[in-house]
Amino acid sequence: MSNISLKDQYINKTRRDFLKKAGAGVTTAMLASGITLMAYPDPALAREPNEGVDPTKRWGLLIDVNKCTEDCNECVTACSQENGWKLDGNPAVDSQWIRKLKIKNPKTGFEQTFPVMCQHCANPPCVDVCPTGASFKRADGIVLVDKHICIGCRYCMMACPYKARSFVHEPLEDQKSHAPRGKGTVESCTLCVHRVDRGDQPACVDRCATKGHGALMFGDLNDPKSEIAKTLATYATKQIRADLGLDTGVRYQNL
Amino acid sequence: MFAKLKQVLSVAAKSVAMVAVALLISSATSHAEEKKAQAGYPSWGPQFTLPKSDNKCVHDPDFAKTGKCVRDTAFMRRNHMELLKHKRDRTMRQGIRTKDSSLQNCINCHVTKDKADKAIKVSNPKHFCASCHLFVAVKLDCFECHRSTPETPKGSASIPKIPAHSNLLAANTDEAKNLKNFLSNHAKEGVTQ
Repeated sequence: MSNISLKDQYINKTRRDFLKKAGAGVTTAMLASGITLMAYPDPALAREPNEGVDPTKRWGLLIDVNKCTEDCNECVTACSQENGWKLDGNPAVDSQWIRKLKIKNPKTGFEQTFPVMCQHCANPPCVDVCPTGASFKRADGIVLVDKHICIGCRYCMMACPYKARSFVHEPLEDQKSHAPRGKGTVESCTLCVHRVDRGDQPACVDRCATKGHGALMFGDLNDPKSEIAKTLATYATKQIRADLGLDTGVRYQNL
Repeated sequence: MFAKLKQVLSVAAKSVAMVAVALLISSATSHAEEKKAQAGYPSWGPQFTLPKSDNKCVHDPDFAKTGKCVRDTAFMRRNHMELLKHKRDRTMRQGIRTKDSSLQNCINCHVTKDKADKAIKVSNPKHFCASCHLFVAVKLDCFECHRSTPETPKGSASIPKIPAHSNLLAANTDEAKNLKNFLSNHAKEGVTQ
Protein backbone atom coordinates (compact mmCIF):
# COMPACT_ATOMS: atom_id res chain seq x y z
CA MET A 1 0.00 0.00 0.00
CA SER A 2 3.04 2.19 -0.26
CA ASN A 3 1.62 4.28 -3.10
CA ILE A 4 -1.44 5.33 -1.14
CA SER A 5 -1.11 8.59 0.75
CA LEU A 6 -1.56 8.81 4.50
CA LYS A 7 -4.74 10.78 3.96
CA ASP A 8 -6.21 8.03 1.80
CA GLN A 9 -5.20 5.44 4.33
CA TYR A 10 -6.97 7.43 7.00
CA ILE A 11 -10.08 7.72 4.86
CA ASN A 12 -10.05 4.02 4.10
CA LYS A 13 -9.59 3.22 7.77
CA THR A 14 -12.43 5.43 8.94
CA ARG A 15 -14.64 4.05 6.20
CA ARG A 16 -13.87 0.50 7.26
CA ASP A 17 -14.46 1.29 10.90
CA PHE A 18 -17.75 2.96 10.05
CA LEU A 19 -18.85 -0.05 8.06
CA LYS A 20 -17.81 -2.42 10.81
CA LYS A 21 -20.02 -0.52 13.22
CA ALA A 22 -22.82 -0.51 10.68
CA GLY A 23 -23.05 -4.26 11.15
CA ALA A 24 -23.01 -7.44 9.11
CA GLY A 25 -25.02 -8.44 6.07
CA VAL A 26 -25.81 -6.15 3.18
CA THR A 27 -25.02 -2.66 4.31
CA THR A 28 -26.21 0.51 2.66
CA ALA A 29 -25.10 3.74 4.17
CA MET A 30 -25.72 7.37 3.30
CA LEU A 31 -22.33 9.02 3.74
CA ALA A 32 -23.40 12.45 2.58
CA SER A 33 -26.22 13.85 0.52
CA GLY A 34 -26.18 12.17 -2.85
CA ILE A 35 -23.48 9.68 -1.98
CA THR A 36 -24.67 6.21 -1.18
CA LEU A 37 -22.22 3.57 -0.20
CA MET A 38 -23.30 0.00 -0.77
CA ALA A 39 -21.27 -2.81 0.60
CA TYR A 40 -21.87 -6.46 -0.15
CA PRO A 41 -21.78 -9.05 1.31
CA ASP A 42 -20.11 -7.96 4.52
CA PRO A 43 -17.68 -5.06 4.67
CA ALA A 44 -16.29 -6.24 7.97
CA LEU A 45 -14.86 -9.25 6.12
CA ALA A 46 -12.50 -7.08 4.10
CA ARG A 47 -8.97 -6.48 5.25
CA GLU A 48 -5.99 -4.64 3.88
CA PRO A 49 -3.75 -6.65 1.52
CA ASN A 50 -0.79 -6.16 3.89
CA GLU A 51 -2.63 -7.55 6.90
CA GLY A 52 -2.18 -11.23 7.65
CA VAL A 53 -5.08 -13.62 8.16
CA ASP A 54 -7.18 -13.08 11.26
CA PRO A 55 -6.83 -16.11 13.57
CA THR A 56 -10.04 -15.19 15.41
CA LYS A 57 -12.04 -16.08 12.30
CA ARG A 58 -13.05 -19.48 11.10
CA TRP A 59 -14.46 -19.48 7.60
CA GLY A 60 -17.13 -22.00 6.83
CA LEU A 61 -19.96 -22.91 4.50
CA LEU A 62 -23.53 -23.89 5.18
CA ILE A 63 -25.28 -25.85 2.45
CA ASP A 64 -29.06 -26.03 2.57
CA VAL A 65 -29.74 -29.33 0.83
CA ASN A 66 -33.45 -28.55 0.40
CA LYS A 67 -32.60 -25.58 -1.78
CA CYS A 68 -30.13 -27.56 -3.92
CA THR A 69 -31.81 -28.80 -7.09
CA GLU A 70 -30.87 -31.94 -8.93
CA ASP A 71 -30.56 -30.50 -12.43
CA CYS A 72 -28.36 -27.59 -11.37
CA ASN A 73 -24.58 -27.79 -11.58
CA GLU A 74 -23.81 -24.09 -11.29
CA CYS A 75 -21.57 -24.25 -8.21
CA VAL A 76 -19.32 -26.74 -9.98
CA THR A 77 -19.25 -24.66 -13.16
CA ALA A 78 -18.49 -21.49 -11.20
CA CYS A 79 -15.61 -23.20 -9.39
CA SER A 80 -14.21 -24.53 -12.63
CA GLN A 81 -14.35 -21.12 -14.27
CA GLU A 82 -12.95 -19.31 -11.26
CA ASN A 83 -10.05 -21.65 -10.66
CA GLY A 84 -9.40 -22.80 -14.20
CA TRP A 85 -9.74 -26.56 -13.79
CA LYS A 86 -11.47 -28.76 -16.33
CA LEU A 87 -12.95 -32.24 -16.24
CA ASP A 88 -11.58 -34.37 -19.05
CA GLY A 89 -14.06 -37.21 -18.57
CA ASN A 90 -11.70 -39.58 -16.81
CA PRO A 91 -12.99 -40.01 -13.25
CA ALA A 92 -9.78 -41.74 -12.17
CA VAL A 93 -7.71 -38.59 -12.65
CA ASP A 94 -10.25 -35.76 -12.83
CA SER A 95 -10.02 -32.76 -10.53
CA GLN A 96 -12.07 -32.98 -7.36
CA TRP A 97 -12.46 -29.40 -6.24
CA ILE A 98 -16.22 -29.66 -5.94
CA ARG A 99 -18.73 -32.22 -7.15
CA LYS A 100 -22.44 -32.86 -6.90
CA LEU A 101 -23.50 -35.98 -5.02
CA LYS A 102 -26.83 -37.74 -5.11
CA ILE A 103 -27.99 -39.88 -2.20
CA LYS A 104 -31.00 -42.13 -2.06
CA ASN A 105 -32.82 -43.83 0.77
CA PRO A 106 -33.29 -47.34 -0.62
CA LYS A 107 -36.33 -47.99 1.57
CA THR A 108 -38.34 -44.90 0.73
CA GLY A 109 -36.74 -43.87 -2.56
CA PHE A 110 -36.17 -40.34 -1.22
CA GLU A 111 -33.38 -38.60 -3.11
CA GLN A 112 -31.24 -35.57 -2.36
CA THR A 113 -28.41 -33.84 -4.21
CA PHE A 114 -25.80 -31.53 -2.77
CA PRO A 115 -22.26 -30.36 -3.47
CA VAL A 116 -19.27 -31.81 -1.64
CA MET A 117 -15.91 -30.13 -1.55
CA CYS A 118 -12.99 -29.91 0.89
CA GLN A 119 -14.71 -29.73 4.27
CA HIS A 120 -12.00 -27.50 5.78
CA CYS A 121 -11.75 -29.56 8.95
CA ALA A 122 -10.52 -28.11 12.22
CA ASN A 123 -8.57 -31.36 12.69
CA PRO A 124 -7.64 -32.17 9.10
CA PRO A 125 -6.27 -35.68 8.52
CA CYS A 126 -4.57 -34.47 5.32
CA VAL A 127 -2.42 -32.14 7.42
CA ASP A 128 -1.60 -34.91 9.89
CA VAL A 129 -0.18 -37.21 7.25
CA CYS A 130 1.66 -34.71 5.06
CA PRO A 131 5.39 -35.51 5.23
CA THR A 132 6.57 -32.06 4.07
CA GLY A 133 4.15 -29.64 5.72
CA ALA A 134 2.71 -28.72 2.34
CA SER A 135 -0.80 -29.58 3.47
CA PHE A 136 -1.66 -27.02 6.11
CA LYS A 137 -4.47 -25.19 7.81
CA ARG A 138 -4.38 -21.42 7.66
CA ALA A 139 -5.00 -19.45 10.85
CA ASP A 140 -8.53 -18.65 9.69
CA GLY A 141 -9.40 -22.33 9.20
CA ILE A 142 -8.91 -22.70 5.44
CA VAL A 143 -7.10 -25.93 4.57
CA LEU A 144 -4.70 -25.54 1.65
CA VAL A 145 -1.91 -27.26 -0.25
CA ASP A 146 1.33 -25.31 -0.48
CA LYS A 147 2.33 -26.49 -3.95
CA HIS A 148 5.78 -24.98 -3.53
CA ILE A 149 6.70 -27.77 -1.14
CA CYS A 150 4.22 -30.50 -2.16
CA ILE A 151 6.15 -33.52 -3.43
CA GLY A 152 3.06 -35.22 -4.87
CA CYS A 153 3.12 -38.27 -2.59
CA ARG A 154 -0.69 -38.23 -2.35
CA TYR A 155 -0.88 -39.40 1.27
CA CYS A 156 -3.35 -36.59 1.89
CA MET A 157 -5.60 -37.90 -0.84
CA MET A 158 -5.69 -41.26 0.91
CA ALA A 159 -6.22 -39.71 4.33
CA CYS A 160 -9.15 -37.52 3.30
CA PRO A 161 -12.45 -39.25 4.13
CA TYR A 162 -14.31 -36.98 1.71
CA LYS A 163 -12.14 -37.70 -1.36
CA ALA A 164 -11.85 -33.97 -1.69
CA ARG A 165 -8.35 -33.91 -3.12
CA SER A 166 -6.98 -34.78 -6.52
CA PHE A 167 -3.65 -34.94 -8.26
CA VAL A 168 -2.60 -33.09 -11.39
CA HIS A 169 -1.30 -35.66 -13.84
CA GLU A 170 -0.63 -33.56 -16.93
CA PRO A 171 1.45 -30.44 -17.50
CA LEU A 172 -0.67 -27.30 -17.55
CA GLU A 173 -0.42 -23.88 -19.18
CA ASP A 174 -2.32 -20.61 -18.80
CA GLN A 175 -3.61 -21.25 -15.32
CA LYS A 176 -5.52 -18.52 -13.55
CA SER A 177 -2.99 -16.18 -11.99
CA HIS A 178 -4.80 -16.33 -8.64
CA ALA A 179 -5.07 -20.14 -8.69
CA PRO A 180 -1.70 -21.66 -9.62
CA ARG A 181 -1.83 -25.39 -10.19
CA GLY A 182 0.61 -27.75 -11.81
CA LYS A 183 1.65 -31.27 -12.62
CA GLY A 184 2.89 -33.36 -9.74
CA THR A 185 1.02 -31.58 -6.96
CA VAL A 186 -2.19 -32.24 -5.07
CA GLU A 187 -5.02 -29.74 -5.22
CA SER A 188 -8.42 -29.20 -3.66
CA CYS A 189 -11.03 -26.57 -2.90
CA THR A 190 -9.30 -23.47 -1.50
CA LEU A 191 -12.55 -21.90 -0.33
CA CYS A 192 -11.61 -19.34 -3.00
CA VAL A 193 -8.95 -18.03 -0.66
CA HIS A 194 -8.00 -15.23 -3.09
CA ARG A 195 -11.57 -13.94 -2.97
CA VAL A 196 -11.88 -14.36 0.79
CA ASP A 197 -8.67 -12.36 1.23
CA ARG A 198 -10.17 -9.42 -0.61
CA GLY A 199 -13.45 -9.64 1.30
CA ASP A 200 -15.55 -11.56 -1.21
CA GLN A 201 -17.28 -14.88 -0.83
CA PRO A 202 -16.34 -18.04 -2.75
CA ALA A 203 -17.35 -18.31 -6.41
CA CYS A 204 -19.75 -21.21 -5.80
CA VAL A 205 -21.65 -19.24 -3.15
CA ASP A 206 -21.82 -16.21 -5.42
CA ARG A 207 -23.11 -18.19 -8.38
CA CYS A 208 -25.68 -20.11 -6.32
CA ALA A 209 -27.04 -16.79 -5.06
CA THR A 210 -27.13 -15.13 -8.50
CA LYS A 211 -28.94 -18.15 -9.94
CA GLY A 212 -31.59 -17.60 -7.30
CA HIS A 213 -31.09 -20.81 -5.31
CA GLY A 214 -29.26 -19.39 -2.33
CA ALA A 215 -28.42 -22.88 -1.11
CA LEU A 216 -24.89 -21.92 -0.10
CA MET A 217 -23.95 -19.55 2.68
CA PHE A 218 -20.44 -18.39 3.52
CA GLY A 219 -19.28 -16.74 6.71
CA ASP A 220 -17.33 -16.71 9.93
CA LEU A 221 -18.35 -19.59 12.18
CA ASN A 222 -16.65 -17.95 15.15
CA ASP A 223 -18.58 -14.68 14.94
CA PRO A 224 -21.92 -15.13 16.73
CA LYS A 225 -23.29 -12.12 14.84
CA SER A 226 -22.61 -13.60 11.39
CA GLU A 227 -25.55 -14.92 9.42
CA ILE A 228 -24.03 -18.39 9.18
CA ALA A 229 -23.46 -18.63 12.94
CA LYS A 230 -26.99 -17.43 13.61
CA THR A 231 -28.41 -20.04 11.25
CA LEU A 232 -26.28 -22.75 12.86
CA ALA A 233 -27.58 -21.65 16.25
CA THR A 234 -31.21 -21.72 15.09
CA TYR A 235 -31.57 -24.79 12.89
CA ALA A 236 -30.43 -28.39 13.03
CA THR A 237 -27.35 -28.84 10.86
CA LYS A 238 -25.00 -31.72 10.18
CA GLN A 239 -21.39 -32.37 9.44
CA ILE A 240 -20.73 -35.24 7.07
CA ARG A 241 -19.09 -38.11 8.96
CA ALA A 242 -19.32 -36.18 12.21
CA ASP A 243 -18.36 -39.46 13.90
CA LEU A 244 -14.77 -38.92 12.76
CA GLY A 245 -14.53 -35.89 15.02
CA LEU A 246 -12.87 -33.71 12.39
CA ASP A 247 -15.06 -30.67 13.12
CA THR A 248 -15.65 -29.69 9.51
CA GLY A 249 -16.07 -26.10 8.42
CA VAL A 250 -18.66 -27.11 5.82
CA ARG A 251 -22.05 -27.84 7.35
CA TYR A 252 -25.25 -29.24 5.84
CA GLN A 253 -28.82 -28.28 6.62
CA ASN A 254 -31.83 -30.52 5.90
CA LEU A 255 -29.61 -33.45 5.01
CA MET B 1 -14.93 9.46 -3.75
CA PHE B 2 -11.76 11.12 -5.00
CA ALA B 3 -9.72 8.40 -3.36
CA LYS B 4 -11.56 5.95 -5.57
CA LEU B 5 -10.89 8.13 -8.60
CA LYS B 6 -7.22 8.24 -7.71
CA GLN B 7 -7.19 4.49 -7.48
CA VAL B 8 -8.75 4.16 -10.92
CA LEU B 9 -6.23 6.59 -12.36
CA SER B 10 -3.35 4.83 -10.75
CA VAL B 11 -4.51 1.57 -12.35
CA ALA B 12 -4.59 3.43 -15.65
CA ALA B 13 -1.09 4.68 -15.02
CA LYS B 14 0.15 1.21 -14.30
CA SER B 15 -1.16 -0.01 -17.62
CA VAL B 16 0.56 2.84 -19.40
CA ALA B 17 3.75 2.15 -17.54
CA MET B 18 3.50 -1.46 -18.68
CA VAL B 19 3.34 -0.25 -22.27
CA ALA B 20 6.35 1.92 -21.59
CA VAL B 21 8.28 -1.01 -20.16
CA ALA B 22 7.24 -3.25 -23.04
CA LEU B 23 8.39 -0.63 -25.54
CA LEU B 24 11.63 -0.12 -23.71
CA ILE B 25 12.28 -3.82 -23.58
CA SER B 26 11.64 -4.18 -27.29
CA SER B 27 13.96 -1.29 -28.12
CA ALA B 28 16.55 -2.68 -25.73
CA THR B 29 16.26 -6.02 -27.50
CA SER B 30 17.39 -4.77 -30.87
CA HIS B 31 20.15 -2.70 -29.27
CA ALA B 32 21.42 -5.65 -27.25
CA GLU B 33 21.33 -7.90 -30.28
CA GLU B 34 23.36 -5.41 -32.28
CA LYS B 35 25.92 -5.19 -29.52
CA LYS B 36 26.08 -8.94 -29.18
CA ALA B 37 26.50 -9.37 -32.90
CA GLN B 38 29.42 -6.95 -32.76
CA ALA B 39 30.98 -8.70 -29.80
CA GLY B 40 30.46 -12.10 -31.35
CA TYR B 41 28.12 -13.45 -28.67
CA PRO B 42 26.19 -16.59 -29.59
CA SER B 43 22.60 -15.90 -30.61
CA TRP B 44 21.14 -18.07 -27.83
CA GLY B 45 22.28 -15.74 -25.04
CA PRO B 46 19.98 -13.28 -23.25
CA GLN B 47 17.74 -11.76 -25.88
CA PHE B 48 17.60 -8.34 -24.31
CA THR B 49 19.14 -6.27 -21.56
CA LEU B 50 17.23 -5.99 -18.31
CA PRO B 51 15.31 -2.74 -17.77
CA LYS B 52 17.58 0.14 -16.86
CA SER B 53 16.99 2.70 -14.16
CA ASP B 54 15.48 5.23 -16.58
CA ASN B 55 12.45 2.98 -16.75
CA LYS B 56 9.11 4.17 -15.49
CA CYS B 57 8.27 1.97 -12.58
CA VAL B 58 4.79 1.27 -11.34
CA HIS B 59 5.75 -0.18 -7.97
CA ASP B 60 7.75 2.51 -6.29
CA PRO B 61 6.23 5.98 -5.79
CA ASP B 62 9.71 7.32 -5.07
CA PHE B 63 10.98 6.10 -8.39
CA ALA B 64 11.92 9.57 -9.59
CA LYS B 65 14.14 10.01 -6.54
CA THR B 66 15.67 6.57 -6.25
CA GLY B 67 15.69 5.54 -9.89
CA LYS B 68 15.00 1.97 -8.84
CA CYS B 69 12.30 -0.51 -9.77
CA VAL B 70 11.32 -2.87 -6.94
CA ARG B 71 15.00 -2.67 -6.05
CA ASP B 72 17.89 -1.64 -8.23
CA THR B 73 18.77 -3.83 -11.16
CA ALA B 74 21.98 -5.28 -9.71
CA PHE B 75 20.16 -6.31 -6.54
CA MET B 76 17.28 -7.81 -8.47
CA ARG B 77 19.56 -9.85 -10.71
CA ARG B 78 21.13 -11.52 -7.71
CA ASN B 79 18.24 -11.63 -5.26
CA HIS B 80 14.92 -11.71 -7.09
CA MET B 81 14.47 -15.35 -6.11
CA GLU B 82 14.84 -14.50 -2.42
CA LEU B 83 12.21 -11.77 -2.66
CA LEU B 84 9.87 -14.10 -4.48
CA LYS B 85 10.41 -16.90 -2.01
CA HIS B 86 9.82 -14.63 0.96
CA LYS B 87 6.67 -13.25 -0.62
CA ARG B 88 5.38 -16.66 -1.64
CA ASP B 89 5.40 -17.87 1.95
CA ARG B 90 3.78 -14.71 3.24
CA THR B 91 1.03 -15.00 0.64
CA MET B 92 0.51 -18.72 0.99
CA ARG B 93 0.61 -18.96 4.77
CA GLN B 94 -0.50 -15.53 5.94
CA GLY B 95 -2.70 -14.39 3.08
CA ILE B 96 -0.67 -11.20 2.53
CA ARG B 97 -1.33 -10.15 -1.03
CA THR B 98 0.56 -6.91 -1.59
CA LYS B 99 1.88 -6.06 -5.03
CA ASP B 100 5.46 -5.72 -3.83
CA SER B 101 7.50 -8.78 -4.88
CA SER B 102 4.39 -10.49 -6.20
CA LEU B 103 5.17 -12.84 -9.07
CA GLN B 104 1.94 -11.84 -10.74
CA ASN B 105 3.08 -8.24 -10.73
CA CYS B 106 6.51 -9.15 -12.12
CA ILE B 107 4.81 -10.96 -14.97
CA ASN B 108 2.36 -8.14 -15.64
CA CYS B 109 5.17 -5.63 -16.02
CA HIS B 110 8.03 -7.63 -17.54
CA VAL B 111 5.94 -8.82 -20.44
CA THR B 112 7.57 -9.53 -23.78
CA LYS B 113 5.36 -9.48 -26.84
CA ASP B 114 5.66 -11.16 -30.20
CA LYS B 115 5.04 -9.52 -33.56
CA ALA B 116 1.30 -10.15 -33.22
CA ASP B 117 1.32 -8.07 -30.00
CA LYS B 118 0.62 -11.17 -27.95
CA ALA B 119 2.50 -11.91 -24.73
CA ILE B 120 4.92 -14.77 -25.18
CA LYS B 121 5.07 -17.74 -22.83
CA VAL B 122 8.04 -18.97 -20.89
CA SER B 123 8.53 -21.76 -23.42
CA ASN B 124 9.73 -19.07 -25.82
CA PRO B 125 13.42 -18.27 -25.20
CA LYS B 126 12.69 -14.56 -25.55
CA HIS B 127 10.44 -14.55 -22.48
CA PHE B 128 11.84 -12.15 -19.88
CA CYS B 129 12.56 -14.89 -17.34
CA ALA B 130 13.46 -17.60 -19.83
CA SER B 131 16.13 -15.60 -21.63
CA CYS B 132 18.39 -15.31 -18.61
CA HIS B 133 17.52 -18.67 -17.10
CA LEU B 134 18.36 -20.43 -20.35
CA PHE B 135 21.62 -18.54 -20.57
CA VAL B 136 22.74 -19.47 -17.07
CA ALA B 137 21.14 -22.96 -17.28
CA VAL B 138 19.11 -22.60 -14.10
CA LYS B 139 15.85 -24.51 -14.12
CA LEU B 140 12.83 -22.26 -13.75
CA ASP B 141 10.18 -23.90 -11.59
CA CYS B 142 7.73 -21.05 -11.05
CA PHE B 143 5.85 -21.66 -14.26
CA GLU B 144 5.18 -25.30 -13.57
CA CYS B 145 2.19 -23.94 -11.67
CA HIS B 146 2.04 -20.18 -12.30
CA ARG B 147 1.12 -18.73 -15.65
CA SER B 148 3.94 -16.96 -17.45
CA THR B 149 1.87 -14.28 -19.19
CA PRO B 150 -0.32 -11.49 -17.84
CA GLU B 151 -3.91 -12.47 -17.37
CA THR B 152 -6.65 -10.39 -18.91
CA PRO B 153 -10.35 -11.22 -19.00
CA LYS B 154 -10.20 -12.35 -22.62
CA GLY B 155 -7.10 -14.43 -22.06
CA SER B 156 -5.05 -12.22 -24.34
CA ALA B 157 -2.44 -9.81 -23.11
CA SER B 158 -3.61 -6.65 -24.83
CA ILE B 159 -2.97 -3.57 -22.75
CA PRO B 160 -5.56 -0.79 -22.99
CA LYS B 161 -4.33 2.60 -24.16
CA ILE B 162 -5.36 5.14 -21.54
CA PRO B 163 -4.00 8.54 -20.49
CA ALA B 164 -0.78 8.84 -18.53
CA HIS B 165 -0.56 9.36 -14.79
CA SER B 166 1.34 12.39 -13.55
CA ASN B 167 3.00 10.83 -10.52
CA LEU B 168 4.72 8.08 -12.40
CA LEU B 169 5.39 9.27 -15.91
CA ALA B 170 7.60 12.10 -17.08
CA ALA B 171 6.59 15.16 -15.08
CA ASN B 172 7.23 17.73 -17.79
CA THR B 173 4.72 16.66 -20.41
CA ASP B 174 1.59 18.77 -20.78
CA GLU B 175 -0.63 15.77 -20.39
CA ALA B 176 0.99 14.83 -17.11
CA LYS B 177 0.72 18.40 -15.81
CA ASN B 178 -2.93 18.59 -16.69
CA LEU B 179 -3.61 15.36 -14.94
CA LYS B 180 -1.67 16.43 -11.87
CA ASN B 181 -3.71 19.65 -11.65
CA PHE B 182 -6.88 17.70 -12.14
CA LEU B 183 -6.00 15.34 -9.31
CA SER B 184 -4.93 18.08 -6.89
CA ASN B 185 -8.12 20.04 -7.60
CA HIS B 186 -10.15 16.98 -6.86
CA ALA B 187 -8.24 16.43 -3.66
CA LYS B 188 -9.04 20.00 -2.56
CA GLU B 189 -12.71 19.55 -3.36
CA GLY B 190 -12.71 16.39 -1.34
CA VAL B 191 -11.33 18.20 1.70
CA THR B 192 -13.87 21.03 1.53
CA GLN B 193 -16.73 18.56 1.33
